[in-house]
Amino acid sequence: MRDVNSFYQGLKKVFVFTLFIILAIGYESVMAIGLTGYIAPEGRYFPSDHLYMGQKDNDASVAIQLEAYHEWGNGSSITFVPFARFDSNNNKRSHYDIRELNFLWVTESFETRLGVGKVFWGAMEFVHLVDIINQTDLVENIDGVEKLGQPMLNVSIPFQSMSLDFFVLPYFRERTFPGEEGRLRAPFVVDTNNAQYEDKAKQEHVDYATRLNITFDDFDVGLSFFNGTNRDPNLVQLMSSSGTDLLIPYYEQIRQAGIDLTGALGEWLLKLEAIYRWGSLAEFYAVVGGFEYTFIGFVLPNADLGMIVEYAHDQRGIDGMSLNQNDAMFGLRLVLNDQAGTEILTGFSYDRDTHSKLASVRMSRRIGDSVKLALEGWITADPPKDDVFLYYLRDDDFIGLEVTFYY
Amino acid sequence: MKRLMLPLSVVLLLLPMVASAETVEEKGLRLAVEAANRDHGFGDFTADMVMTLRNKHGDESERQVRIKRLENKNDGEKGLSIFDSPRDVRGTVFLSHSHKKGQDDQWLYLPALKRVKRISSRNKSGSFMGSEFAYEDLSSLEVEKYTYKWLRDEKFFDHDCYVSESYPVDRRNSGYSRLLTWVDKDSLRPWKVEYYDRKNAHLKTLTFYDYGKYVDKYFRAGQMKMVNHQSGKSTDLRWMNYRFNTGLKDSDFSKNSLKRIK
Repeated sequence: MRDVNSFYQGLKKVFVFTLFIILAIGYESVMAIGLTGYIAPEGRYFPSDHLYMGQKDNDASVAIQLEAYHEWGNGSSITFVPFARFDSNNNKRSHYDIRELNFLWVTESFETRLGVGKVFWGAMEFVHLVDIINQTDLVENIDGVEKLGQPMLNVSIPFQSMSLDFFVLPYFRERTFPGEEGRLRAPFVVDTNNAQYEDKAKQEHVDYATRLNITFDDFDVGLSFFNGTNRDPNLVQLMSSSGTDLLIPYYEQIRQAGIDLTGALGEWLLKLEAIYRWGSLAEFYAVVGGFEYTFIGFVLPNADLGMIVEYAHDQRGIDGMSLNQNDAMFGLRLVLNDQAGTEILTGFSYDRDTHSKLASVRMSRRIGDSVKLALEGWITADPPKDDVFLYYLRDDDFIGLEVTFYY
Repeated sequence: MKRLMLPLSVVLLLLPMVASAETVEEKGLRLAVEAANRDHGFGDFTADMVMTLRNKHGDESERQVRIKRLENKNDGEKGLSIFDSPRDVRGTVFLSHSHKKGQDDQWLYLPALKRVKRISSRNKSGSFMGSEFAYEDLSSLEVEKYTYKWLRDEKFFDHDCYVSESYPVDRRNSGYSRLLTWVDKDSLRPWKVEYYDRKNAHLKTLTFYDYGKYVDKYFRAGQMKMVNHQSGKSTDLRWMNYRFNTGLKDSDFSKNSLKRIK
């Protein structure tokens, strides 16, 4: 572990050093650096008392992100995005990460990105199957949308309405999990200090990925392939020396082929994602499909109401690691298009095997030009015991309020 | 010979009549084609746009957008709108590939997620960033997207204008039943557009100000004011720093290019 950490620390130092060299190139280029960012205090209120030993009830934290960007005249650029969160109650959620620190070199026939970066693949709103380059920063949010920076070499070759991407991923990032004090966890704490790997190179295993992006007529299609360390750990239950139950993340080696598709057919957006994954522990397919339809001028002349429907199936079924093995999701996105940019996204999901239900809501609006208010809620409606994941979180319904100050 | 000459002279006499027998639809189309032809060959341009949104109580807010456009020989224009403010949407990019026939392709790039999302063509009648401009009001005006009818000649302030009506071809997705446009006879620049909603009620009026002439022939408005008569809200656009022939290429308007735009 220590070797691996020091490798990553070393890598970070090299990038920071490179950044400072570039900063020092000349006063002019220093002046041309664009600095932006935000600071965002957040509070989370859990109406029910905690269920598990060691948990703390409510939560206050603050997140800070900075973005430094410099572009040379030829289109090449460097981006540095450090992120940190300080959490009052949960020391596992207090963490920092380099979201981005990369150099982009653009030529007529290809683009190269070297450093820590972030890449998104996929089409859906609720279930993301294909997206695999970056690890999930799960302590940030239970929805899994926040990602950790991934060290990479990425070459992107465009030709006509297609582009072909190659990725070399020399270092693996482990998923973050709430610690003992955190809500939104199982009765057992995930022991992130003792992650196990199938490959003896552990975090230094070099992963590869490639993706072909095709746009034709009203369709966007992505075909992708990944060979390397599974971003989704298998959680193995162990008894610790002190007699408490622990979950150990086990990272297997996998291969994954994926396809994602978006089609704009008239007023409808049709979407599909599917993967086939094989490794030493499991071999399966998973698919999610759905559509989006938008009503323009809903009640108010400028308001748009988007309707999102998705259905997800995973071959591993109810005993597998997937939360969406046979689940239907329905979302409503109301965009008021007012001066404050008010938006409300509600999501409902229904598990057709266990009949568990889940509702989430996110409302946001601006105050002035540079402050944004976001309210988030998460409700599990008395989940049945056989929906293990939601059952563990049965008392973790919460309301979160975040105020983001941009600069 | 005489017998032959007569019909020919009759034909010659009739010619001006044939020309004047141009229908109002043909005249409307001719004017639209002529206006489009005068703008052909601009290649590409970039500009900065400041939008001022005003509600009926007079409260104002501002949005800053950088615009890039590329002319396309065989099809509609390609366009990029890069949002600089308000700050929570900074870095968001709207990409459109207009088509002369069929629906436009549109994508939105969300920088926080690094995600490129295709958006439905239904979106064209929706509000652009909360303003009184719909996406379709700001997209390139391809001749083929409307059918036309010349109505009358009329003075609009100092300008002798043609007044024509145009009807969106994509009636399913457009927010309008018809547009009434005032263009001056000298240069075919638009000075006023009235928008009628799907129920044919007068929805909005757009007026153009402070035209500048670029590369000796291309006219661009310095200010545009859109008033929504139904909601009492209005949006002003100020255009600055127009630059033509900046060397933009197709590859600067690809889906892939969105990820590197700042």
